[in-house]
Amino acid sequence: MSWYVTVNWLRRLKKLLRPGDLLVLLAGVAGWLGLSMALWQAGPAAEAQIRRDGLLVAAYPLNEARTVTVPGVLGQTVIRIESGRARVVSDPGPRQYCVNQGWLTRPGEMALCAPNHVSLSLTGGKPTYESMAY
Amino acid sequence: MRTLTLTPDDHRIARLTAAAIAIALVESAVPSPLPGVKPGLANIVTLLVLLRYDWATAAWVTLLRVLAVSMLVGQFLAPGFVLSLSGALASLLVLLFLRPLVNSSSWFGPVTLSVLAALVHMLAQLLVVRVWLVPSPGVWVLAPVFFGAALFFGTLNGLIVAWLMQPAVFDKPLTADHLS
Repeated sequence: MSWYVTVNWLRRLKKLLRPGDLLVLLAGVAGWLGLSMALWQAGPAAEAQIRRDGLLVAAYPLNEARTVTVPGVLGQTVIRIESGRARVVSDPGPRQYCVNQGWLTRPGEMALCAPNHVSLSLTGGKPTYESMAY
Repeated sequence: MRTLTLTPDDHRIARLTAAAIAIALVESAVPSPLPGVKPGLANIVTLLVLLRYDWATAAWVTLLRVLAVSMLVGQFLAPGFVLSLSGALASLLVLLFLRPLVNSSSWFGPVTLSVLAALVHMLAQLLVVRVWLVPSPGVWVLAPVFFGAALFFGTLNGLIVAWLMQPAVFDKPLTADHLS
């Protein structure tokens, strides 16, 4: 009897949903999954990736302190990496959004210096040590 | 002396707004596990008005509801009111552009309207929170929870609207067809 009730419910549901609605729902769920995975990458951040026009220019491990200068469209974007975090120190952009964002610490976080076409993002990575090693 | 004449439109707006206020008030009494996540059942009224009448009436009903409910629960001009208003304005704007997509024979139905309006509602609120209430990028860590809720309740409300917009099944004589 229960399969019959289920089929009947699905038939009613089909009357309420149009093909476009299903597409919108699928796109919504896909976008939501992408967003969740991007924001909830597990573990600490391991690497800073610097991109220009969306292309990877350089990647540095976060446990080595260094200051990097990246030439962009407007001028030099200065990025500081130290003790597991990274930030944009200075940028020629007019609104300074990426500088004001401060330190990035979690994987998936990103500072976008759009006017200068430079971005800094953190990615997760494998732990550098094994906790089970005696 | 000037008199205020009430048009049938005014009466209709008042009636529909009253229904929306009642739903929103009942909903505000139900505790939510996370501030900002609630079903938004009053938006069913907004969508029904949008589909049965027009966008202007839907905008009146929605904005009057936001105003009245904020006063009734004592949130007028408080952050809660600003969040409701920004969400309502953003979703009304989206509905203005999406409304022409939906008619009796089109690909898109009430569920599309409801889901997209709910997502934009949530986005506008998160932006206000990010810029004004909690100026920190940490706000986005919870974004998937909020958007997931918007997706779920947007779909649910859209299905309810689609169900209510069906040709009236109860007007027809009951036949065996309805029991199958």
